[in-house]
Amino acid sequence: MSTELKSVQPLIEVRHLKQYFNINTGFFKSTPLKAVDDISFTIREGETLGLVGESGCGKTTAGRTILHLYQPTAGEIIYRGKSIKTPKDVEEFRTKATMVFQDPYSSLDPRMTVADIIGEPLDVHHMYKSQEERRQKILELMDHVGLNSEHAARYAHEFSGGQRQRVGIARALAVDPDFIVCDEPVSALDVSIQAQVINMFDELQDQMGLTYLFIAHDLLVVRHISDRIAVMYLGRMVELADADEIYNRPLHPYTKALISAVPVPDPNVARANKRIALTGEIPSPLNAPSGCPFHTRCPYAKPMCSESMPPFKEVEKGRFVACHRTEEINS
Amino acid sequence: MTEGSKVNENIKNLSMQVNLDDFIPATAEEKEYMVQMRPSTTAFKDGIRRLRKNKVAMVSFYIIVIITLAAIFVPMFWPYKYEMMLGMQPGKPVDATFNNLKPFEYSTTEQALRDQGQSVFPHIFGTDSAGRDYFIRVVYGTRISLAVGFFASIIVLVIGLLVGSVSGYAGGKVDMVIMRIVDIIYSLPDMLMVILLASVLKMTLASKLEGTPLAKIGSNIISLFIIFALLYWVSMARLVRGQILSLREQEYVLAAQAAGAKGSWVIRKHLLPNCVSVIVISTALQIPSAIFTESYLSFLGLGVNAPMPSLGSLASDALNGLSSYPYRLVIPAIVISLIVLSLNLFGDGLRDAFDPKLNG
Ligand SMILES: Nc1ncnc2c1ncn2[C@@H]1O[C@H](COP(=O)(O)OP(=O)(O)OP(=O)(O)O)[C@@H](O)[C@H]1O
Ligand code: SF4
Ligand SMILES: [Mg+2]
Repeated sequence: MSTELKSVQPLIEVRHLKQYFNINTGFFKSTPLKAVDDISFTIREGETLGLVGESGCGKTTAGRTILHLYQPTAGEIIYRGKSIKTPKDVEEFRTKATMVFQDPYSSLDPRMTVADIIGEPLDVHHMYKSQEERRQKILELMDHVGLNSEHAARYAHEFSGGQRQRVGIARALAVDPDFIVCDEPVSALDVSIQAQVINMFDELQDQMGLTYLFIAHDLLVVRHISDRIAVMYLGRMVELADADEIYNRPLHPYTKALISAVPVPDPNVARANKRIALTGEIPSPLNAPSGCPFHTRCPYAKPMCSESMPPFKEVEKGRFVACHRTEEINS
Repeated sequence: MTEGSKVNENIKNLSMQVNLDDFIPATAEEKEYMVQMRPSTTAFKDGIRRLRKNKVAMVSFYIIVIITLAAIFVPMFWPYKYEMMLGMQPGKPVDATFNNLKPFEYSTTEQALRDQGQSVFPHIFGTDSAGRDYFIRVVYGTRISLAVGFFASIIVLVIGLLVGSVSGYAGGKVDMVIMRIVDIIYSLPDMLMVILLASVLKMTLASKLEGTPLAKIGSNIISLFIIFALLYWVSMARLVRGQILSLREQEYVLAAQAAGAKGSWVIRKHLLPNCVSVIVISTALQIPSAIFTESYLSFLGLGVNAPMPSLGSLASDALNGLSSYPYRLVIPAIVISLIVLSLNLFGDGLRDAFDPKLNG
């Protein structure tokens, strides 16, 4: 995990990234759905940045837009100091940044063998000289993720969820990337297998010097793998801090609520805890509330909150929060 | 105590619940346990197995195979030719007794030969009004009808596949324009269009084709193919587009794009292979409809050029002597029905066996 962070320059820098989807709301009318609305952060080389938030808050969209799987509506992605703009930049970026998908079922083509799925990035980028070299590379990748070489000729539907996700990870590793967006890679798996797969992500990171953007909605999952954690709400980033800091001293009301929602097994402890319950539904991203997007559910909300958008500012070193009342609440 | 520090206490408790044992590496045994051993099968093999179990489909399949083989091979060794007017031998006077023979009847000359002890090949279905062996005409007509059905379906398949996959994959404006064209073609009354086109093409093509190798196929059959190419691709294009649209949303397509794959790669490697079963099935179902169209056009006199028979033109010709020789209408009608029915039943069987939506 927190190995020495070598470079000062971040590996990935996300600046004012926006991703709006146009949703047809009438016959000739379309309204922008602000799935990701102006997020900025950096990812240092070798670190794992956890990205958490409720379902539908735009985590997947953020991950995919960073990889340019969706053309950003606005903002830029900077990889090793170079902004990714032209199709050629994107093409190059694809050999450096890959993705592990949320659903291990629909992310593997049912008509392809495991070997062909893992080998696809190699095929696309012509990364081998002979069929033998291709085979060797694929077997090596399978070995990395704990897949038996006998499984190479099988179809993905013959495997369990955990095995399938390993195939997906091997595919993400095929081009020997620096950066992997892991989109809830364990949420579809059995709890007993989740730990193993997360553990494997950790080992692979040490072995291959990878940098992760690790998306999850379960705080427990990201805590153990992340160096820093970012929290998203309705397309915006509300807090970003070191993993331990966020757990021990959450500053944003939404983060506090998320953390107090984690169930506690000991009934005495549970009773002693003052839960910050989230009331009401998460608003639709199609008509997000004015001002602070969280004000409809925030226990600390004041009239000013619905009027102006709180800036995402650095309140302590390396610690960002988007709330008007950070100081008052946490003093 | 402030709210913040209360929460902080919770957090300390929280960290106690995480069991670090959950995060130790998996042992070889555990890894093995995670592999579910199942015999290696492919969706294709599964489909074949299901198809074999379907009796109706298999019987239909054998009927199609037998009819097709017969249509191909029987004319090769049959002693009579489809265009041979038996009563009109060169150098001999016209022998009208060859005309309109009943099944297994012989003309006077043939009867004379038989009386001398020679064997004469029987006219199983008799002869037609021009003294041509009716059996071989039916067999040859079947051959023409099958060929027309097959090639017309191929044309429909190729055009529908191209247009449909481009439309579905490109989406947006391209898709909208193509789909409006499809809608327009759909809204034309197709029977009327086919008849109009067939008669116009028949006139214009006949003169143009003279002297080219295509003339042998006949202007009418070519105009038939053109009609299919112009009108009948739309349902195939719609089908392919629908499939591609739904497959495009699958995450493995996104995964391929994340790996750097471009549009044509995605279509070739992921989208088409995943809708191939649907395409094969609807092509199989397209053949009988093409055969049917050919038959009714021939029946209306817009089909194959004489003396070439097709099942439709045979039925049409039979109308003249319907009261005396009803079997001349019945026989080609039965063959058409048999072919169309078997192909439809077989196509249905294919769909049941291969359509992934039915078998999860
Ligand atoms: N391709 C798309 N077109 C239109 N709207 C989209 C598209 N993709 C996502 N959205 C919308 O954007 C919002 C954010 O979706 P996203 O999938 O990024 O959320 P998420 O945080 O990953 O949720 P989950 O935890 O359920 O995976 C949702 O309201 C979703 O409906
Ligand atoms: S800005 Fe206001 S509404 Fe938003 S989180 Fe802070 S206190 Fe709550
Ligand atoms: Mg998601």
